[in-house]
Order: sequence, then C-alpha cells, then structure tokens
Amino acid sequence: MLFILSKGTIENAYAAFVMANGARMEGIESEIFFTFFGLEAIQKKKLEHLRVATVGNPALHMPTMLGGLPGVEALATKMMKKEMEKLDMPPVGEFLEILSDSGCKLWGCKLAIDMFHLEREDLIDELDGILTIGDFYARADQEGTHLLFI
Amino acid sequence: MKKLIAQREIDVNEEGYLLDFNQWDKEIGKSLADENSISLTDRHWEVIDFLHEKYRKEEPLSIRGIKKSGVIDIKEFYSLFPGGPLKVSTLIAGIPKPKSCI
Repeated sequence: MLFILSKGTIENAYAAFVMANGARMEGIESEIFFTFFGLEAIQKKKLEHLRVATVGNPALHMPTMLGGLPGVEALATKMMKKEMEKLDMPPVGEFLEILSDSGCKLWGCKLAIDMFHLEREDLIDELDGILTIGDFYARADQEGTHLLFI
Repeated sequence: MKKLIAQREIDVNEEGYLLDFNQWDKEIGKSLADENSISLTDRHWEVIDFLHEKYRKEEPLSIRGIKKSGVIDIKEFYSLFPGGPLKVSTLIAGIPKPKSCI
C-alpha cells in the first residue's frame, strides 16, 4: 500500500498513519509520500501542531462564522486529541517513530520541499529520503500495489 | 471448530486462534509457531510471556504498547514475528487476536 499525504490537517495525517500502520500489522508493505501541506506532518517544528480544520468542514456541524473565531480551531483540536489519547493513539511524532520502526518507508516530495524552501534538517530524522514523483512511481511498479491519495 | 495441534484436539476459531486459553501449553505454542515457519527462541518466549501477562490483566494489546513494554522494541518484534507481528504472536500465544486498529 502506497499512500500520498497531501494535506496538513490532523485528521488526514492520522488517516494515512492508521492505514499505513494497519497495513504493516497485517504483514502488508506500506510507504507514505508526503507532499504539499502533507509536509507539515514531517517538519520537526510543526508536526506536533497539526490542527483539525474548523472552517469549511461541514462534518463538525459548526457554523462557519464560529469556526473562524480565534481559538476555536485550537479548542477543537485539543478536544480531538483528548479523544485520540483515550484510544491510545500516539501523538504525531511518536506515530512516525512507530511507522519507521515497523518498516513503513517515509518519503518527502522533492518539488514541494523545494517550493516551501525546506532543508533536510527541517524534516524528521526517520525520513527515508526525498523523491521525485517519478521515483515514487518506480516504487509502485510491482504487481498488486495500491496507491491511495489523501 | 476442532483442530489437531501437537496431536491434540484443540478448539479454534476460523482464523485458527485458540478459543480456550486453558488448552494452551508450550507444545501447542511450538506447533503453531512451526505452522507459521517460526522456530521459537528465548526472545520469542519472553515476548509470549509478556503477551500472557497483558492477557491476564485484560489489558488491550497495541503496537504502541509493545513500544512501551520494555521487553522488546518494534523493530525486533517485526523481525521475530514476520507477517504481522501482533497477529502472529497472539496466535502462537493462544490468546485472542487484538481487535484494535492501532
């Protein structure tokens, strides 16, 4: 299973992590390619500050005006993290360590890294490398490979 | 259903997990490990002891729990029980397959 994480909200990051980890736990190979805002999840300074989007997210059942008020996003994120902790969901940094130790390969997208002017040292130590999309497709070139865009 | 494991009739579910832990002993564990092409070393037994302890305390198993166990790290866990470590190790240990997604 190959995952492309393109979004920087906490629920999208966790979706990728839970599925990639779940694959490893079932004995299935898994890799994650972080691109565009998905790079937030592998930046040392940002990864513990991912948030849930309170604006433009109808599933939260919160009026858009309210969602945009200062502190609302932080509060919603805090509540969600509390629920996750109850389920023993690891924080982002620990989850990345677990994934890496489990043999899930973690890749950064070269184009997006260049675009955001990021250096290798801005990114987590567990990162297995920086790839072009062509490199990533080459990794997908095996029978039975599934690619999932998040 | 019944399955012949180590020359004994054992109650298992459709995935091969033991239904009654009281029917488990080391011989059964060894035989289940053989079926999964694993030859059990002292390290495997240490992990199995840890799993039994968690089972007795009715504490749910997760990969995060393995990381915190102090018995084994995740890398070694994967190398000892290839092909889905929690799934395989709990099967050998004769306890139910963990239901958690993490």
